[in-house]
Amino acid sequence: MPDQARQPLGAQEDATAEGLTAGASEATPEPGAPHGLWTDAWHDLRRNPVFLVSALLILFLVLVALWPGLIATGDPNHCELIRSLEGPSAGHWFGFDTQGCDVYTRTVHGARASITVGVCATLGVALLGAVIGGLAGFYGGFWDAVLSRLGDIFFGIPMVLGAIVFLSMVSLGGIWPVVLIIAALGWPQIARIARGAVITAKQNDYVQAARALGASNTRMLLRHILPNAVAPVIVMATIMLGTFIALEATLSYLGVGLRPPTVSWGVDISAASDGMQFRNAPHILLYPAGALSITVLAFIMLGDAVRDALDPKLR
Amino acid sequence: MLLDVRDLRVEFRTREGVVRAVNGVSYSVAEGETLAVLGESGSGKSVTAQAVMGILDSPPARVTGGRVLFQGTDLLRLGEEDRRRVRGERMAMIFQDALSSLNPVLPVGYQLGEMFRVHRRASRKEARERAVELMDRVRIPAAGARAGDYPHQFSGGMRQRIMIAMALALEPELIIADEPTTALDVTVQAQVMDLLKDLQREFGMGLILITHDLGVVADVADKIAVMYAGRIVENAPVADLYKRPAHPYTRGLLDSIPRLDRKGRELRAISGLPPNLLRIPPGCPFHPRCPQVRDVCRVDPPPPLYEVTYAGRDAEAVRAAELMPDDPSALGRASACHFWKETVGE
Amino acid sequence: MSEVLLEVRDLVKHFPLTQGVLVRRRVGAVQAVDGVSFRLREGETLGVVGESGCGKSTVAKLLMHLERPTEGKILYKGEDIAGLSGRALKSVRRNIQMVFQDPYTSLNPRMTVGDIVGEPFDIHPEVAPKGDRRRRVRELLDVVGLNPEYINRYPHQFSGGQRQRIGIARGLALRPEVIIADEPVSALDVSVQAQVVNLMERLQDEFGLAYLFIAHDLSVVRHISDRIAVMYLGRIVETGTDREIYEHPTHPYTQALLSAVPVPDPSATRERERIILTGDVPSPADPPSGCRFRTRCWKAQELCTRVDPPLAVPVVFAKASGPAAHESACHFAAEEPSATAV
Repeated sequence: MPDQARQPLGAQEDATAEGLTAGASEATPEPGAPHGLWTDAWHDLRRNPVFLVSALLILFLVLVALWPGLIATGDPNHCELIRSLEGPSAGHWFGFDTQGCDVYTRTVHGARASITVGVCATLGVALLGAVIGGLAGFYGGFWDAVLSRLGDIFFGIPMVLGAIVFLSMVSLGGIWPVVLIIAALGWPQIARIARGAVITAKQNDYVQAARALGASNTRMLLRHILPNAVAPVIVMATIMLGTFIALEATLSYLGVGLRPPTVSWGVDISAASDGMQFRNAPHILLYPAGALSITVLAFIMLGDAVRDALDPKLR
Repeated sequence: MLLDVRDLRVEFRTREGVVRAVNGVSYSVAEGETLAVLGESGSGKSVTAQAVMGILDSPPARVTGGRVLFQGTDLLRLGEEDRRRVRGERMAMIFQDALSSLNPVLPVGYQLGEMFRVHRRASRKEARERAVELMDRVRIPAAGARAGDYPHQFSGGMRQRIMIAMALALEPELIIADEPTTALDVTVQAQVMDLLKDLQREFGMGLILITHDLGVVADVADKIAVMYAGRIVENAPVADLYKRPAHPYTRGLLDSIPRLDRKGRELRAISGLPPNLLRIPPGCPFHPRCPQVRDVCRVDPPPPLYEVTYAGRDAEAVRAAELMPDDPSALGRASACHFWKETVGE
Repeated sequence: MSEVLLEVRDLVKHFPLTQGVLVRRRVGAVQAVDGVSFRLREGETLGVVGESGCGKSTVAKLLMHLERPTEGKILYKGEDIAGLSGRALKSVRRNIQMVFQDPYTSLNPRMTVGDIVGEPFDIHPEVAPKGDRRRRVRELLDVVGLNPEYINRYPHQFSGGQRQRIGIARGLALRPEVIIADEPVSALDVSVQAQVVNLMERLQDEFGLAYLFIAHDLSVVRHISDRIAVMYLGRIVETGTDREIYEHPTHPYTQALLSAVPVPDPSATRERERIILTGDVPSPADPPSGCRFRTRCWKAQELCTRVDPPLAVPVVFAKASGPAAHESACHFAAEEPSATAV
């Protein structure tokens, strides 16, 4: 009898191993290659035309922002009043603005300010939001209540209004005040998402398992919770990046964001927004506004594509 | 025959390839009869039922063949509008998870009444009365007072009763219950199964009970279809299946579950894993796990459903004990195993 | 008799129910566990059965220090570990490990099998020197019946049963004496359950483990357990050896529970007389006075609403030495010939 009882066990182990070999090779196109959420997401993204278009566009924009000289050799602040409002021509595809500056050069150089503000503000928002939201979600209880209410307070401040008030008070030039105020007012949105994601991840049994093993809080947070909570934060941040670029333009247009001599799309749109001029020379508004729209759209599309790829509910 | 499913085939198109979830399933249910469809996850038992109901998500699912004859009409050939009418009034489904099947923001009485308002054009007042009547019928205590409550205010067992009431509302001829008691506690499970049995007797409807639990089936079913890898591997009247399984898979299942009324030392586990439906093994899909496997099992075509005949006394004994209905065709057994004789004779 | 490893005395866990956002007001308590006592000896299996909401999973969490008890003692080899923290707690944890119910949420999807099974060594570096860990992980995989070559794979590449084996390997890594298994097979397919149950039995023999096996499936519990405790609404209502509980139950709840279990044998089913309980389990936030089972009990009398029956050998059986003489928390404890497992 003991022999008989023992036999199925050995047979079962062999078959189990066999079963796994079969199982793994169906699940992965390349047998043995470990893949997880990110690999799956990448697999999806590579085949998503929305992602490809937006990613290529963003790559181009970032290159231009880093090295505007690549496609525009002129100096954006070199202006000849004599050519004021001159229309597009062979050497100057986008024409000249009121001050007689080359619109093409200014539009190309404007990418740097817009994208820097967008990227820096998003980094700030994501960092601040993820840390605050993550801590609130992880510790819960009193700290959660305090941090969440704090977030609600900031969330209640209309972003544009808050930024206008702040920026007209500080009256400092350059991009940093703009980055600062966007980060200060934008974090609660990320914090909410991070908090939710951390709470969801925290409830998983593998976190309990780590605790049962005696793992420290740091270990649980860094090894088990954050890697499983970071996806929604990334998605949100990508979408927000586009809106921050638009926000910078809005603030500059209203005269409180970036100011000349900083070259930015918002500044140029502001300068071109006189009704009379638009009727006579629409190009001075259309080109920077077009560049802005395309950039914002590219980031929002990228965010959407990333969300589709990372959202497990759609799988 | 109330429902006659013939050679049904369903596929899912996924990123990894074509998942063959149902591969030529045939079964039938008569009025007043209970068919249990038994299988593990991935056996295709639920997908078959969804195809019968016409509630498959397609895409990714696609019915690629077969017929679903409901009182002689092939449902797969009906238009969407006609199909919906059949679905609402003549066949109904009960799901495992009652909470997610009920609308959380509407009172249960209203949701029950809506059935009468939509299908029977009942007045508001009449609908409410019928709803309370139904809740009474599924033995919900203080039905009149509770009709205004929301789903989350009911316990799991009560919610499943409400689902049953909803399925019964239009007095359908066929009810498909997909793991109706799996989410419930043992004592509540017994209540709900009893209720379902009584109501079926009362209304005389056909019942398809989909489950993975060999115990639940033994209690209520007239006949059983055992599914594995999208095929029926064994068909049998309930008493015969437990007494003399004719397929090694059924036999393995019966041997591998611990029994409340027996205590043995080691369970005889079925080795290996259920197959991945992306790559169903050639030949008999059970062959990699089968203790009786021979060379012929490893090659296509897969074994057909052989008719299992009783060797003399057994059938007589079964019939004498009056465990079977009189209809001799109900005794028909089938097994998709080349060596069913050995299995049944062991 | 072998040594008592784990002893629980009058364990109580009440989860406060609060209202309010920043300032929380206590408006009541869910009495998840309310005065539970039991002992677990070296190498034995104690099965804990009960329906959802009876507190069996909370008991597991309390033993694992995942929750703090409101009251009561948890003794490990005679030492109260309920109040421990820091280093002392960590060293106790080495000896008590857990296997979880859901093989899909209990393994971190971002970690390889090697990292998951090896994590106990990262947390308790004294157990295995750094260079030795991979080898130990491979050994563990082999022990639970998985191919050690799969050390670099991710959990989602495995089936439910295989994942449960990975979870068991993680639980074994520190060579614990006690394993608390909370519904370890209930999420698995029927044909795979038996493999895991057999594995757990083999490991028990091999490593001399003591199991606290928590489940709602009475058949599985009977199969694996030496002794059984039946829980209802935060209390143990009856406890004894498997024969005492399954063949000679004296508490009406145990009797009802056993008779409700469907048996995969139509002829047996037709012979059995079933006790079908009415109603649902009352809310643990507002349990009935006196005996907690009285609201669904067919034997309930006025006495039951007033006096909470203690868990003890009933007076009627005190003199007898038969299998009916075991602890049962009922004023009217009696054997019910029709309501046994056989």
